Amino acid sequence: MEGWDKTTKSTLTQIPLLTTKAGPRDGAAWTQRLKEEYKALIAYTSMNKANDNDWFRISAANPEGTRWTGKCWYIHNLLKYEFDLQFDIPVTYPATAPELELPQLDGKTHKMYRGGKICLTVHFKPLWAKNCPRFGIAHALCLGLAPWLAAEIPILVDSGMIKHKDDVASSSES
Amino acid sequence: MEAELKEMLNDLENLKRSLPDPSLHSSIDELQLRVQHLTDLAKSAPVRRSKVKDMSAEVVDSNPYSRLMALQRMGIVANYERIREFSVAIVGIGGVGSVAAEMLTRCGVGRLLLYDYDKVELANMNRLFFRPEQVGMTKTDAAVQTLSDINPDVVLEAINLMNSPNGVGSELDLSYTLNITTVEGFETFMCSLKNKTFRPEKEGNGVDLVLSCVDNYEARMVVNQACNELNQTWMESGVSEDAVSGHIQLLIPGETACFACVPPLVVASGVDERTLKREGVCAASLPTTMGVVAGLLVQNTLKYLLKFGHVSRYLGYNALKDYFPTMEMKPNPQCPNAACLERQKEYILAKPAREAEAKAKMEAEALPTTETPLHADNEWNISVVDDSLPEGSSSQSSDTLPQGLVHELPAAEEYKHASTVEQPASSADDLDELRRQLEALNAV
Repeated sequence: MEGWDKTTKSTLTQIPLLTTKAGPRDGAAWTQRLKEEYKALIAYTSMNKANDNDWFRISAANPEGTRWTGKCWYIHNLLKYEFDLQFDIPVTYPATAPELELPQLDGKTHKMYRGGKICLTVHFKPLWAKNCPRFGIAHALCLGLAPWLAAEIPILVDSGMIKHKDDVASSSES
Repeated sequence: MEAELKEMLNDLENLKRSLPDPSLHSSIDELQLRVQHLTDLAKSAPVRRSKVKDMSAEVVDSNPYSRLMALQRMGIVANYERIREFSVAIVGIGGVGSVAAEMLTRCGVGRLLLYDYDKVELANMNRLFFRPEQVGMTKTDAAVQTLSDINPDVVLEAINLMNSPNGVGSELDLSYTLNITTVEGFETFMCSLKNKTFRPEKEGNGVDLVLSCVDNYEARMVVNQACNELNQTWMESGVSEDAVSGHIQLLIPGETACFACVPPLVVASGVDERTLKREGVCAASLPTTMGVVAGLLVQNTLKYLLKFGHVSRYLGYNALKDYFPTMEMKPNPQCPNAACLERQKEYILAKPAREAEAKAKMEAEALPTTETPLHADNEWNISVVDDSLPEGSSSQSSDTLPQGLVHELPAAEEYKHASTVEQPASSADDLDELRRQLEALNAV
């Protein structure tokens, strides 16, 4: 965990760890895992709200809990930039992490794979591998997506690749 | 077109005869030569060869298999024509997979199953196989187009694994649009490997070998999962992001380490890692490294299928130092993959039968040779020493790697069943109740 900022570290320690090693094809064990995922997400979301650092919404898009959709946002220069967030739970979960997708940013940055999957190779995947099966969706958002947004959104805004929704609206009106 | 060109040649000939000035003859000769050249080109316009029923060893220019069947005459392969019975699945038709598919097609393999979800792009042109005019086609369609021209005898099945918005595969023409890492995509992938319509009498699955030519860890883990569950032998291949190293690996469920038994092995670059630049996800690639790895992969495939030579368990390639490390990996009895553990159990149970078979084979081979001393006297006490290593010593345990190989990811740390601090807020243990709690938080 060297190289991570103090806030991320302390946040991480407060997200409950998961214990059930099960993927979406494991029947009852997966239901158990899903409960643990919810508990971790509830704890993480409450914590963010309490610390005035609310930055995502995520819910299961199907009853099996294998597909998740929602939103995430990032504040840069006092402006809020919001993006759709989606991912599938892979069949080999939790041995492999979910591949987090921001489809609206597909093709706008080279720190991304096809389909808008964010690149997590260097900073996140070794940590996930080391902590299998204790890390879940909440940890992937905290250690994967949050640092990615913090690193990439300012660059994308400053280079003009993404525009704030108010700017887009006003420029199309004029 | 041929007739028109012939007429043009005649016209030129007539013109030459009717011209009184011989100084113009040389330029007419030149024109005639050019028309002649065009006629030759027109004759060589693409013609598709017809299918061949039996592989012939006859040495004639028109036999597409004469050089392959010669492997039998040279004593390398006992029965080359068996290749037509084999089905090979290639997952990922990129820089390595497409070249591997072409090699197997040219070798006359029976059936190829091709899986990919990507399209051909101009950025792929630094690698082999795909052509600029195929840009925009799916890689599977483009591959089928080229491969069926090269060898119409090969049965080609393209399965286009594209990411669809909801991850559910919808059937488009003959190809599927899904991602093998999703639950639905995985089921389709498994079904396609089990399908035995090509050779119904075959034992086990519908394919003889799966070649993984994908470019990411997640997809490799999915191929590993499917092959462990189906007890299907497969080969893994990979080229590093910096394009200067690669590897191939043979995985026999239960017998060798599976892809999840130990963290994936990669060939160290051999240069100071800190000097390597890693920015973004745009991986470097070279047609040379990809071609070498595809060649190693298909060579191992041919040896495995046609039973000749030594089939490598792991072969690395370091392009900067021209170093080829090899090793063997035993399965991990604590492998996190449940299907791998089942296969390991089966392999151990089958040990007596395997040994009996090996013994019978050895005895059968030893019988005809009656031992007589080769030389009556041995003045210098020369003796022949067996230089083969005792069995087992060549296979390494996973934590002692040969020089030049490193793990790509760390192993999962031992999980301590420490007192799980139960959160008072999350004491609810009903899935619907938990879902409602999260939705309530989301609504605020």
